[in-house]
Amino acid sequence: MWRFVGGRLLQAIPVILAVITVTFFLVRIAPGGPFDSEKAVIPEVKAALEAQYRLDLPLGQQYLAYLSDLARGELGPSFKYPGRSVNELIAAGLPATAELGAYALLVAVLLGGLAGVFASLKPNSAQDYIPMSVAMIGICMPTFLLGPLLVLVFGIHLEWLPVSGWGDMPGDKILPSLTLGAAYAAYIARLSRAGMLEVMSQDYIRTARAKGLPEWQVVTRHALRGGLIPVVAFLGPAFAGLLAGSFVVETIFQIPGLGRFYVQAAFNRDYTMILGTTVFLSTLIVLFNLLSDILAAWLNPRLRAQYGEA
Amino acid sequence: MNLPRELLALGRKTGYFSPMPRCFPRYLLLLAAFAGLLACSAGESNVAQGNRDGILHFGNGSEPQGLDPHVVTGVPESKLIDAMFEGLTRKNPWTLEPEPGAAASWEFSEDRRVITFHMQPEGRWSNGEPVTAHDFVWSWRRALDPKMGNLYAYMLYPVLNAEAYATGMLDDPELLGVRALDAMTLEVTLNEPTPYFLQLMDHYSSFAVPRATVEEFGAATDRFTRWTRAGNIVSNGPFRLLQWQLNRRIVVEKNPHYWDADTVRLNGVVFYPTENLVSEERMFRVNQLHVSNDVPLAKLPDYRKLKDSPLVEAPYLGTYFYLLNTRRPPLDDVRVRRALSLALDRESLTRNVLHGSNDPAYAITPPGTLGYQPPQLFSFDPEQARRLLAEAGYPDGADWPGLELTYNTSESHRKIAVAVQQMWKDVLNIEVTLANQEWKVYLDSVSEMNFDVARRGWIGDYVDPNNFLDLYISDGGNNNTGFADPVYDEMILRRAPQAATKEERFAIFHEAETRLMEQMPIIPIYTYASKHLVHPSVKGMPSNLMDFVNMKYVDLEPMPLAEFELE
Amino acid sequence: MSTVADSEAVLAEQGTSLWQDAWRRLRKNRLALFGLCVLVFFVLIAILTPWLAPYAHDAQDLDLGAAPPSAAHWLGTDIFGRDLLTQIMYGGRISLAVGFVATAVALVIGVTWGAVAGYVGGRVDAVMMRLVDILYALPFMIFIVLLMVVFGRNLLLLFLAIGAVEWLTMARIMRGQVQSLRQQEFVEAAISLGLSPATIVRRHLVPNALGPIIVYTTLTIPSVMLLEAFLSFLGLGVQPPATSWGLLISYGAETMEEYPWLLIFPGAALTLTLFALNFFGDGLRDALDVRGSGD
Repeated sequence: MWRFVGGRLLQAIPVILAVITVTFFLVRIAPGGPFDSEKAVIPEVKAALEAQYRLDLPLGQQYLAYLSDLARGELGPSFKYPGRSVNELIAAGLPATAELGAYALLVAVLLGGLAGVFASLKPNSAQDYIPMSVAMIGICMPTFLLGPLLVLVFGIHLEWLPVSGWGDMPGDKILPSLTLGAAYAAYIARLSRAGMLEVMSQDYIRTARAKGLPEWQVVTRHALRGGLIPVVAFLGPAFAGLLAGSFVVETIFQIPGLGRFYVQAAFNRDYTMILGTTVFLSTLIVLFNLLSDILAAWLNPRLRAQYGEA
Repeated sequence: MNLPRELLALGRKTGYFSPMPRCFPRYLLLLAAFAGLLACSAGESNVAQGNRDGILHFGNGSEPQGLDPHVVTGVPESKLIDAMFEGLTRKNPWTLEPEPGAAASWEFSEDRRVITFHMQPEGRWSNGEPVTAHDFVWSWRRALDPKMGNLYAYMLYPVLNAEAYATGMLDDPELLGVRALDAMTLEVTLNEPTPYFLQLMDHYSSFAVPRATVEEFGAATDRFTRWTRAGNIVSNGPFRLLQWQLNRRIVVEKNPHYWDADTVRLNGVVFYPTENLVSEERMFRVNQLHVSNDVPLAKLPDYRKLKDSPLVEAPYLGTYFYLLNTRRPPLDDVRVRRALSLALDRESLTRNVLHGSNDPAYAITPPGTLGYQPPQLFSFDPEQARRLLAEAGYPDGADWPGLELTYNTSESHRKIAVAVQQMWKDVLNIEVTLANQEWKVYLDSVSEMNFDVARRGWIGDYVDPNNFLDLYISDGGNNNTGFADPVYDEMILRRAPQAATKEERFAIFHEAETRLMEQMPIIPIYTYASKHLVHPSVKGMPSNLMDFVNMKYVDLEPMPLAEFELE
Repeated sequence: MSTVADSEAVLAEQGTSLWQDAWRRLRKNRLALFGLCVLVFFVLIAILTPWLAPYAHDAQDLDLGAAPPSAAHWLGTDIFGRDLLTQIMYGGRISLAVGFVATAVALVIGVTWGAVAGYVGGRVDAVMMRLVDILYALPFMIFIVLLMVVFGRNLLLLFLAIGAVEWLTMARIMRGQVQSLRQQEFVEAAISLGLSPATIVRRHLVPNALGPIIVYTTLTIPSVMLLEAFLSFLGLGVQPPATSWGLLISYGAETMEEYPWLLIFPGAALTLTLFALNFFGDGLRDALDVRGSGD
């Protein structure tokens, strides 16, 4: 097991390096530079700015300089926010986004997992159709629609919850977490129902039933493990997606998070910020994909045995 | 709402009235505690709290890039810098005329090329140090230093030798037309008489920055220092920075060292980065904001219908127009350019698509810039438009080679483009395709002149026709149309600056603008408008052509909360 | 040993009449049939829109503006006075095409990639899945902007770009399925029978992993449609006056309080399609579930 984890961590290094390299050159090929603005920029001023950000060096040198900064943990100064380093911006945005992502995932797994398993126990009955229909609506409902809708109902008309903010007023974390979690809950509901149905027809479940185990024990002790494998495979990338996708929710609810920085950096051609957030995010993605693989292995006894032996 | 404790204390000390004693029956307490978990209605709204404590909650559009007046550009930045810093003059928000700022008075020389500013005797930085003429000399050198990379350096170009210094042609800062005769007297020499120069003294690129503080945290021209952070920054305006939470809020408090502190009514202002229009309007509706930065277009009719409507609309010093690439056929033919312009029903466009918030524009200069009225050479004229297009060789759109209309991603640009596309089709029977581009791609297309027709807007930096008309001098950096006319250049660059009187100068501008609109390298569409939702408790914030807020005069009048019930 | 025998029986059955069998079972499932009918109906409407639409798709009436449903405009009009029913019909053409084509692209690449990685395992698996990791981590927006600039705007590119993004998760799910199936007795039996890996993957692994794959496909179609709206909004996708359901919904969402019909009707069209897809997908899943049939 440890060798498996260690090996995957080693593999992560070339992955992240590849991401950095591709991103580094991609952002520089993309049309429009960080200093372009609606009013024409005087050439001397532009030259001075480029010199301050080392953009006057040959590309190869810029790349090496970036890597050597990165090795020291320096992500460089932001182009859009002069006087702030990318490290500082990420540190400022991360807590809110991580908290939001964690709550959203909690909402998604609890609501979605429960609904999916519940529905799978009596397929093609009301117990199946009702939660699954709600899940379908959740999938159809994009975040940019669900967020404003929830605010309209709970913030404006009922006046139960704040319309925006994060940690400013009691209860202001509820609507953003629900909004971000809802779409994932719907996915998880569908995936876990399908996974469960798949497993319930497997031979070892039949064997378990044949042994005379009560149905709830068949579900919790045997079926859940296998049935949740597709969900777990989905969770790794989903968590990374949560972070990147929290942009919309952060904008709707005025949350000071990383998602806003990440998306705006791309729009602003804030090279260092794009790279910094990408490095950060790709590390997270690799870690979470690894975690979800480990979880999947743990859920699947045969795979576990294989990795355990390896 | 967790405002810094210092600010709240400050507010209560000078507040309008103390908090209402609240008596709750015991058994309700439990219920209230439970409700408090779910709801905010148990808490006090920002507006109620702000009205009591003298703190304005202000929607400011987006997170500012920074607060260094010589580094940043943009409207949200200017609102913050105007509250915290002060130039030699300061605009009166009602008249837009310059009032004493860091300078108490000033006089012009006979030939109007030399201005002598006398500093405020009581002028102080927020740390109590005096604001001197030397501060301005040092700051202007910094603002113009090529190493600074100041995008707005050109605002000081009317100053003698400023352009040469800023572009590296001249190394000696002593040769700049700004010097301190003594600590309290600043002498500025201009290249030529510049009627709008005093207005520039209220633009942040001409503001003074505190030398000692800047140098404490790094080199004078270093962009990467921490001198503008809360706790470090020192400023000379009516407010000073108290707290800066990225993407959350920026809090400023009244500056006790400000020379005119007695006039300042507010104890503090909280600026919110409100990027999302719909969210901002909702924050306003539940009394989280006193003032919104903007209003969603579709909400305008509903707000207009309200009695005592919080909606404040005013013309804004800017024009929305389409650039025509005069180097590409068929737009190299002036008849085609005029046909396109005459085919647009601007009245219908502004009434129906923009919900009547803007006035149609028929020239590049917005109307009423300190008495200047732009020419109106044409109006909606489908007959004439069709005739012109036929003369150009495309009768009823026959043989039309096609045209692409480029605009950057935005809801309102899209709406205008969709309506314009259809108007051209209906009137001229020509096909125009739309190309929506991401912001930086669009900027690249415009500056490389890689477009047929492109959406463009221009907001004036100062109130003067020159600020709009000098865009179209040949090879001007913001021309972007290929339009080049030596006669026009002569009028803008030589004749207008030498005019003896304001009337003569405006007459030259009028002539030049007439010439420009006959050639039609651009299609004016509408004049910008500022739109805000302003809580009725806010006083001293008049609307004006510059959408300028002088926080010094803003006051909050305690009053019961308004309920804005929209249908 | 009885399980191996069972599997072999199953193998024989799959080889000949899997699809006939599935169709027989599907026909009995009324909800699935209803879903199929709705889908066919929408696709037919989309194909016939140019002849069926009550108005020209770009005909404006600025003075009318946004009007609620009426006799002349059954579903109302948008702010340009354009007929909403016409907009939805034309939008459906784009949305359905994007939904099906991009999902198909994602399905083919993702399933193949995941199946190969999961089946072969070892180094190949590691390299293939790390490539997926790299693609996951690239800044998507910059990527799209570049595509737009390099290749210009066209619909085919849009389909490919979306498919190229959506296959990643599909690959991960497929790989997980194959890994867990590979250790099952019937696969081991097939291996011991000397069947070639390609045959095993195609004949035994893919059909047995179909459940989650079909479900994920029905999930991918809506997310692809919404992604299209986002890209169109950025300028990569369809350009006005062309439209799609996703775009109509995102415009409608901005004025949900003022002109609710602009949100409700496009939203209903999308929701109805997804419900239909979902019923059909579930029905198909059940119909193809060979072991379930024994119950």
